Amino acid sequence: MATATATNTNKSVLWDWLTTVDHKKLSVLYLIAGALFFLKAGAMAIFMRIQLMSPENTFLSGQTFNEFVTMHGTIMLFLAVTPLIFAFMNFVIPLQIGARDVAFPFVNALGFWIFFFGGLLVSVSWFFGGAPDAGWTAYVPLSGGEYGDLGLDFYVLGLQVSGLGTLVSAINFIVTIINMRAPGMTMMRLPLFCWTSLITSILIVFAFTPLAAGLALLMLDRIFGGQFFNPGSGGNPVLWQHIFWIFGHPEVYILVLPAFGIISEVIPAFSKKRLFGYTAMVFATLIIAFLSFMVWVHHMFTVGIGPITNSVFAIATMAIGVPTGIKIFNWLFTMWGGKLIFNTAMLCASSFVPTFVLGGVTGVMLAMVPVDYLYHDTYFVVAHFHYIVVGGIALGLLAGTFYWYPKMFGHMLNEKLGQLMFWMFYVGFHMTFFIQHILGLIGMPRRVFTYLDGQGMGTMNLVSSIGAFMMGAAMVVLLINVVYSAYTSKRITVRDPWDARTLEWATTTPVPEYNFAQTPQVRSLDPWFYEKVHGDGTMKPAEPMDEIHMPNGSILPFCIGLGLFVWGFGMIMMQMENPLIPEWIVIGAGVIVTFGSMMLHSIHEDHGYHIPLDKIKKTEKEVS
Amino acid sequence: MKRHLGLLRLLPLTAVFMLLAGCGEERLSALDPYGPQAEWILDNMILSLYVMALVVIVVFALYFIAVVKFRKKPGDEELPEQVEGSKALELTWTIIPVFLLAILAVPTIWGTYYMAEEVPEAAGSSGGESENGEQSGEGGDSQNSGSSSEQQQGQDALVIDVTAHQFWWQFDYPEGFSAGNEVYIPTNEKVWFNLTSSDVIHSFWVPALGGKIDTIPGVENTMWLEANEPGVYKGKCAELCGPSHALMDFKVIAMEPGQYEAWEAEMASGSASSGNGGSGESGSEQETSDNSSGEGVSTVSDGRQAFEDQGCITCHAVEGQGTGQGPTLSNFGDREKIANILEPTDENLEEWIRHPGDIKQGNNMPGFPDMNDEDMNAIIQYLQSLSAKENMNQ
Repeated sequence: MATATATNTNKSVLWDWLTTVDHKKLSVLYLIAGALFFLKAGAMAIFMRIQLMSPENTFLSGQTFNEFVTMHGTIMLFLAVTPLIFAFMNFVIPLQIGARDVAFPFVNALGFWIFFFGGLLVSVSWFFGGAPDAGWTAYVPLSGGEYGDLGLDFYVLGLQVSGLGTLVSAINFIVTIINMRAPGMTMMRLPLFCWTSLITSILIVFAFTPLAAGLALLMLDRIFGGQFFNPGSGGNPVLWQHIFWIFGHPEVYILVLPAFGIISEVIPAFSKKRLFGYTAMVFATLIIAFLSFMVWVHHMFTVGIGPITNSVFAIATMAIGVPTGIKIFNWLFTMWGGKLIFNTAMLCASSFVPTFVLGGVTGVMLAMVPVDYLYHDTYFVVAHFHYIVVGGIALGLLAGTFYWYPKMFGHMLNEKLGQLMFWMFYVGFHMTFFIQHILGLIGMPRRVFTYLDGQGMGTMNLVSSIGAFMMGAAMVVLLINVVYSAYTSKRITVRDPWDARTLEWATTTPVPEYNFAQTPQVRSLDPWFYEKVHGDGTMKPAEPMDEIHMPNGSILPFCIGLGLFVWGFGMIMMQMENPLIPEWIVIGAGVIVTFGSMMLHSIHEDHGYHIPLDKIKKTEKEVS
Repeated sequence: MKRHLGLLRLLPLTAVFMLLAGCGEERLSALDPYGPQAEWILDNMILSLYVMALVVIVVFALYFIAVVKFRKKPGDEELPEQVEGSKALELTWTIIPVFLLAILAVPTIWGTYYMAEEVPEAAGSSGGESENGEQSGEGGDSQNSGSSSEQQQGQDALVIDVTAHQFWWQFDYPEGFSAGNEVYIPTNEKVWFNLTSSDVIHSFWVPALGGKIDTIPGVENTMWLEANEPGVYKGKCAELCGPSHALMDFKVIAMEPGQYEAWEAEMASGSASSGNGGSGESGSEQETSDNSSGEGVSTVSDGRQAFEDQGCITCHAVEGQGTGQGPTLSNFGDREKIANILEPTDENLEEWIRHPGDIKQGNNMPGFPDMNDEDMNAIIQYLQSLSAKENMNQ
């Protein structure tokens, strides 16, 4: 972590973290927030698996189960995986492109706090009459004013707020990657993680906007008596599904592409080989991103849209299999002929490849429309997308955690505990989800809180539950590992503990707040590896050593986020019976805090500060 | 040896297929199909499994060889060759998948149209039928579809209107009567369903007979099913629709065409129910003389009276068209299950009438916890006596 700066040594640690605009600290904030939400949603999954362990179980009622199933999906996608990938994007992108920070450090902090308060708004629903219960897809009319309870208002407004934060961050990443690259870091020398992050950010801009529109329509329907989705007044419930899936399908790629990026960093690093077919990988990613907007109807094959539309979208969906296949084979051939080192990061990254293939082939099977009439909304689908999100995204995130942990926190995670975690997680994962394919085929719909005895589903569900418990135990081992390593692991003082290839390993550990004392000159793909082999093992500077201009911290991003939380809560209070204080006061307070903070930021001149030359030299001497 | 690991992975799946092939009385599994649509689906799923197994085997083989063969040896610090890539290989793994996908795309499109077949026009219209002829000529998988559509050429197809409700199903027959939660169809004939919903979105799914389709308020969807054999086929709601979504089952009961016609006539005549409108008294007398239930004449006709007095009849029709408020009970005595989840015993029925909300959370039926035992018994006897099957068999 970055060391305290001269300007804020007299301030408390808490204040430092609330006001930070440093991308490395924000990365840690994202990591902590994402991990907490992840644990929460994971615990819900465990509860659901306890309920489904035996037929006609009464551990959870149907209503509670629906709330858990909704919150599990909503949190995992919006509030756990998104911040976790943002944590890595925040930390790694500026380092990998040789920049001192992201393009807009203030906006970076703003993105985090808006996301965080949005997530908080969704979460507090438990204390006000129950969580949303219409599934993470919130299909109307079940989520509409007539059937959905107060929890759905928290869903609509909480996601609206947190989505705003995600959008803001994505725009920041796009600008950063386009504009902040070090000299010589051309687009075709960009590490694959930066490429996938760039494309993910672009997808966010195009996908989260329809979601925001859809949520706004739903909010109008729910709170202000709109009729967009009410068939009785000429509205159409299918419209919501279109809007939702125009967002929802790219969302899958938003989450999985950065995982692809992590895998594309970790596998070359521990194969001691450059990425096989770099150009093909870049273009495959672009094609996947493009196609991801062309396939949303495959989530709606059973809606009855007609055979022509269904056929077109089936073919488009199958087409995605081609670029994905290109990626799979390129990873395999990166490993082929290499010198593989199997530590935890590499175990996670390499086992991702066959696991993801299993999720991919069921994806192609699901694209076959008439057969999808069988799979749709059954446990087969549940198994399929968990192979993608757990076997793909979660393994990618674990690989990234173990890979970048020494750079982020200055010490390694324990290898023994790490490998124990990996095997428990991996075996548990296949136990949980492989069998769910078959459960779907023998007639188990998804999102059911129970199933009747005598349908032959008991044993398979038990196996699935035991697997889920193993995955839960693996996460406990990971937590133990984090705490244990923090106390016992040796501090890392070298730049590059893995003998890796990309620019982030050229920085000193811990990374100083300005990242690079001198902006490096990039001479090749995998620039750090190039200098180690062809140069003298240090990056050539692209500029003379000079004072470094840094941004000041600010509490305003926190205030803007807080204001949006208060505003959102006030909007929800409009739906409450007998609120303690009139809702317009709360709404007004939120609006004033948010817009007041924005105004303050606009009129308050803040030119940042300069780190003097002698201080930089001192720091550089200390760490090297 | 590593080559076979991919295949080994599939073995358990195959074993489960075989295990599940022999099912019990109520047919549920899609792996054990009983109609042309379900058979088509299973055949094509297996086709896609073969194609996909090919991909999985290649990837797994490459992966395991790489993992075993290219492990770093201790002390070996030499850098491996830094290969940039290979155009030939990239082309290979672009083109081969395209061919594999093309293999799957053809039946996909064919099947999409096969299952989207519209209700055939009653007579003389050749459009629909000639299309059927083309389709059945095209694919070897579905000889059944050809024969069944030929059968229908001479007669009107059976079209049943389905309305889904939280958490029960209403089936309206063209002859002007309704059935609740259990839909009767003739075997070896395509039966069409026009589906909609009265509240939220549900999804109509009978795994052993075919695919599923959503029931959406304000939208009318159509699908067809065909059963090859008489039997009871379990159906389920597949779209999250509220707290009791998991309990929103239904049943498709397929009968030989002759038997079905008898059932249909019985339901249409309304004599399955023990009383109706103006001729209530005579109806109940007829009913009780038909049923030699031990409780005697008075209980059943008292039951009919109690059924009206307690207000049951406001929501539950006992003959003819359903009300849409609650399931039609015209043939309640034939039910396989009460509310699709309880065994049809008197005790369970009483429990259901007194506390329906405890059994199906969030359902719209008000409970009658304080109903006196006399009325309760009478209503139970009355409901259990409502049978189309018994009348039909005489």
